[in-house]
Amino acid sequence: MSIMEATLEVAAGQARKAGADRICVVTLRIGSLSGVVPDALRFAFDALSPGTPAGGAELRIETVPASFWCSACQARFQADNLLAVCPSCQSLSRELLGGRELELTSLEVE
Amino acid sequence: MAHHAHHHPHSHDHPHSHGHDHEHPHTHDHDHSHAPADATAGANRRQLQVGRAILDQNDRLAERNRGYFRARNLFVLNVVSSPGSGKTAFLRETLIRLKGRLRAGVIVGDLATENDGLRLRESGAPVVQITTGTVCHLDAGMIGRAVAELPSRDLDLLIIENVGNLVCPSSYDLGEDLRVVLLSVTEGEDKPLKYPPIFQSAGAVVVSKMDLAGPCAFDRSTALKNISLSAPRATVFEVSSRTGLGMEGWISYLEEQHRAARSTPPLG
Repeated sequence: MSIMEATLEVAAGQARKAGADRICVVTLRIGSLSGVVPDALRFAFDALSPGTPAGGAELRIETVPASFWCSACQARFQADNLLAVCPSCQSLSRELLGGRELELTSLEVE
Repeated sequence: MAHHAHHHPHSHDHPHSHGHDHEHPHTHDHDHSHAPADATAGANRRQLQVGRAILDQNDRLAERNRGYFRARNLFVLNVVSSPGSGKTAFLRETLIRLKGRLRAGVIVGDLATENDGLRLRESGAPVVQITTGTVCHLDAGMIGRAVAELPSRDLDLLIIENVGNLVCPSSYDLGEDLRVVLLSVTEGEDKPLKYPPIFQSAGAVVVSKMDLAGPCAFDRSTALKNISLSAPRATVFEVSSRTGLGMEGWISYLEEQHRAARSTPPLG
């Protein structure tokens, strides 16, 4: 809920700055290790957006998979199970490369 | 989208209504009246590239906290766990054992009641209680306000006890030096696999209530393996607040961390 409140606040601020009255599409990038679940965001969006400039807008969520760096293989790997184990050599990675994103990517306004 | 939906039914009505057809004999006209409406919507509609962290504001306040802590040589822990994992008992024991070694203060967050704050005050350490109401995590702004109530210049260590929750606190940087995730042996060995985001961000993992490991048939090696999988960067401690098991190792670790963090000169 707080994450969506923050999203709507940033979105409304950006729309206002651009001189737009209404937001039609909100696009987010959410990492699978961000701790935020897209379904929960959608629920919060439906509950909180009415009455804001984003009321009635479409919410698009792009999820970013967790990825790590394997120092043994010198390669990046994607971890769909969110665990830091290299699928090729089974060694543990201590280096998270992506997956914690919580970003407001773009807006479509009018 | 809603804008489109508005225009379409409207312009579709036109060709279907007989009256209108008679008034506008040229089918051309219809196309024209249709087109401009959409064209106007299209012309006004535009894409704004934003590319901003949703928690931008929190992140900024967390940076401000970090500067404040650094200026006061304060080493800061953000302690996170599920409700009922023994966090308050563990921290109370930590505070008692820190006496004469590190001067510690506490900020404790709860949805309601000041009970945890009261229990921690028994240790003699200064405690500020934050009741968050319905908010399931602490944020950097709350910490910035609460820390002003502590005698921070006389402290070496600030322990923040977050709201009991393994989900929401993972997204909120408070400006801490070390994120500590606590789980008790009663919660089962697979907890780290169920909450990867919070474990992934942990600098230390504390397994609490080790005195109950036997009665709970706690599978220690599986638990440790799961912790290393989801919290690969964390130092792991196995403790019991009741028997004192593992507490000395934890306290010396805090002393070491405090020394290491504060021996590096402040940036800029």
